[in-house]
Amino acid sequence: MSISRRKFLGWLGAAGMGTALGSTANAASNKHFSGYPDSVGVLHDISRCVGCRSCEAACNKVNELPPPDQPFTDLSVLDTKRRTTPEAHTVVNKHELAKTPVFNKIQCNHCLEPACASACFVSAFKKTAEGPVSYDASVCVGCRYCMVACPFEVPTYEYNKAFTPRVMKCTMCYPRIMEGKLPGCVEVCPKEALTFGKRDDLLKVARKRIEKHPDRYIDHIYGEKEMGGTSWLYLSDVPFADIGMREDLGVTSAPQLTAGALSGVPLVVGLWPVLLTGIYAMTKRKEKISQEETAEAVSLAIAETEEKGAEKLSAALKKAEKDKDMAIQKEVKKALEEVKKTFEEARTQEETQEEQKEEKA
Amino acid sequence: MSEESAVVTGKKPFVPGKSLLTPFNIIAGIIVIVGLFITVLRFTKGLGTVTNLDDNYPWGIWIGFDLLAGVALAAGGYVTSAAVYIFGMKRFHSAVRPAILTGFLGYALVVFALHYDVGRAWRLPYPFIMQQGTTSLLFEVAACVALYLTVLFIECTPAPLEWLGFKKARNIAVKLTMLLTIFGVVLSTLHQSSLGALFLLAPSKLHPLWYSGYLPVFFFVSSIIAGLSMVIFESTLSHHYFADKMDETHMNEKEGVALGFGKAASLVLAGYFSIKVIGIAVDNNWHYLATGYGAWFLVELIGFIALPCLLYAVGVREKNLTLIKWTSGLAVLGIIINRLNVCLIAFNWHLPSEDKYFPHWMEIGISVFIVTVGILVFRFVVTRMPILYEHPDYKDSH
Ligand code: SF4
Ligand code: SF4
Ligand code: SF4
Repeated sequence: MSISRRKFLGWLGAAGMGTALGSTANAASNKHFSGYPDSVGVLHDISRCVGCRSCEAACNKVNELPPPDQPFTDLSVLDTKRRTTPEAHTVVNKHELAKTPVFNKIQCNHCLEPACASACFVSAFKKTAEGPVSYDASVCVGCRYCMVACPFEVPTYEYNKAFTPRVMKCTMCYPRIMEGKLPGCVEVCPKEALTFGKRDDLLKVARKRIEKHPDRYIDHIYGEKEMGGTSWLYLSDVPFADIGMREDLGVTSAPQLTAGALSGVPLVVGLWPVLLTGIYAMTKRKEKISQEETAEAVSLAIAETEEKGAEKLSAALKKAEKDKDMAIQKEVKKALEEVKKTFEEARTQEETQEEQKEEKA
Repeated sequence: MSEESAVVTGKKPFVPGKSLLTPFNIIAGIIVIVGLFITVLRFTKGLGTVTNLDDNYPWGIWIGFDLLAGVALAAGGYVTSAAVYIFGMKRFHSAVRPAILTGFLGYALVVFALHYDVGRAWRLPYPFIMQQGTTSLLFEVAACVALYLTVLFIECTPAPLEWLGFKKARNIAVKLTMLLTIFGVVLSTLHQSSLGALFLLAPSKLHPLWYSGYLPVFFFVSSIIAGLSMVIFESTLSHHYFADKMDETHMNEKEGVALGFGKAASLVLAGYFSIKVIGIAVDNNWHYLATGYGAWFLVELIGFIALPCLLYAVGVREKNLTLIKWTSGLAVLGIIINRLNVCLIAFNWHLPSEDKYFPHWMEIGISVFIVTVGILVFRFVVTRMPILYEHPDYKDSH
């Protein structure tokens, strides 16, 4: 298969144009969002958490989740690392560090620009203006892309339900908040490790605590910037990485991660047909040219044959004429000779008769 | 098995005397029975009964193999029709119909497999009819796959229409060829790349050697390789099993198709290799190569990209069709491994090994079942319709 130079350059040009345009479009679509004004959140002060599991119990109660295998008062479950499950929107994990054990509570962080919402192809997840990230089970298809996307490994799925499986995650007790109540876990926490309030105020509270006890706290509010920021914030007296909270998530929000790929769509839709039709037209034109060339060659060949044919014909005619002439001449000659012969024969006869007459006389 | 043979008897009246209990039919029959059994379990007991999926691994082999690899391997349709109709490589014309047919079957099976995977299959049209999640790359994938399946369906219709003798309808469908081809290339570009872009959202979960801003480009370019290789792979298989169905054109062009597509695949593999390397360089991920995941990455890069690239080149230069055949298998395997790497093996690389996913035998069972159904339908179609040969009434009509 030989690709002609012209065709190859055509493809190359087409490819180059696509990539060049792609990069400008990516740059143009970056946007920033720093949360709805006055939206609420929760601050979890890890240094105050004692691992009593009261929040787990409260969450189970207010969300009417099925009772656990082991009662919430059984603290031995803390010995194994756990994650959220369809039956538990929140779990507390124990980390045995040098001094004392440290506890942290896991639940949905209610991201400002949630990856789960970016991922969902039916928009089942929404960041509400109030702060919580809500989920609508009535449209959820169950593709579980939200779970792949969530950087905090929060959403879970009811794999064991055949007909009505749902994605399960903490709602920040959205219904309770709307009634003016505190989230179940916040309300019950005996150590005030959890504080509910406007996110902006919580950030101030956190900063003040760090200022007041710089020796106690790590100088970092987890969730202020992580993955574009979250509504659930954390303060800690040990490095976050030591208690299983990832510090390598970066500050890029989910929509920014996919903006480039999404902006490629209109480009492909707009440019591909034009390019492809162009290439098609080029191919067609070449084909046409080559067809024309073939046609020309064919007609030339035909013309040549015709000419030759004509020549041959006339030659044949000529030859025929010549033959005819020759034949006539031959006939004439033959005739003449015959005449001559007869004439001579006649003469000889005459002569003989005369001789005979002379003899008689 | 009895069901299977019953089905075949009903539909295969024209091979009298030939026993249906061939080893192939028996194995296919068993697979189909087991598949149906798991299907019943899946839809009555839920995903938890038949899969090893959990909250860390919401996607298993039904996504990694059936969706991601399946869509890539079904790329032969758009690659071949683009080569023939847009780039004017008429000498590959006989490859178009089988490629389009496998493309259509491939996509149909992908959509079929998705019904097993999603939690509420009957809601699959919801993204279009209830709420559009336009920020989602999965929405784009869903929309493109749905549209492309329709395009492939129309592209496929000439064969059954010829078979049934509907001349007018067949001619209309053929007239649309150019338009459908362009439409198909646009849609394929979009969803092939978007399947890779799905993972852009998870930079913290996918190993840095596989995560890259170029993921959509990697997926798109490798789909071309998969498409080209599948056409070669399939044509050798068809040649082996359906040689009696092939006409002279198909036989004559077959060698040219293998050489031409092999050469193209070699070139694209070379390009793919370089952008993969550029991908590491851009993110400066060289140090990961010295780890266990790095070794596995190198296996993929050298063994399944560089090696087939080289073997294709050698095979084409020496006109060694056997080598090209085997290389196409290697390249196809490489693409499958790549998709499994991105979706499963290098995914959640930060988790301890006891939390990693390994498919339940019933998940594998369903994947095998679906591939088998594909082969059975392919066999049904090519033994009846003008796929590997031209219908006598429509010769020279393209
Ligand atoms: S933590 Fe996860 S589930 Fe919660 S809002 Fe963020 S992305 Fe969504
Ligand atoms: S599982 Fe449901 S909520 Fe999650 S992305 Fe899919 S459709 Fe949306
Ligand atoms: S906010 Fe409500 S749902 Fe979330 S962890 Fe607390 S109690 Fe549970």
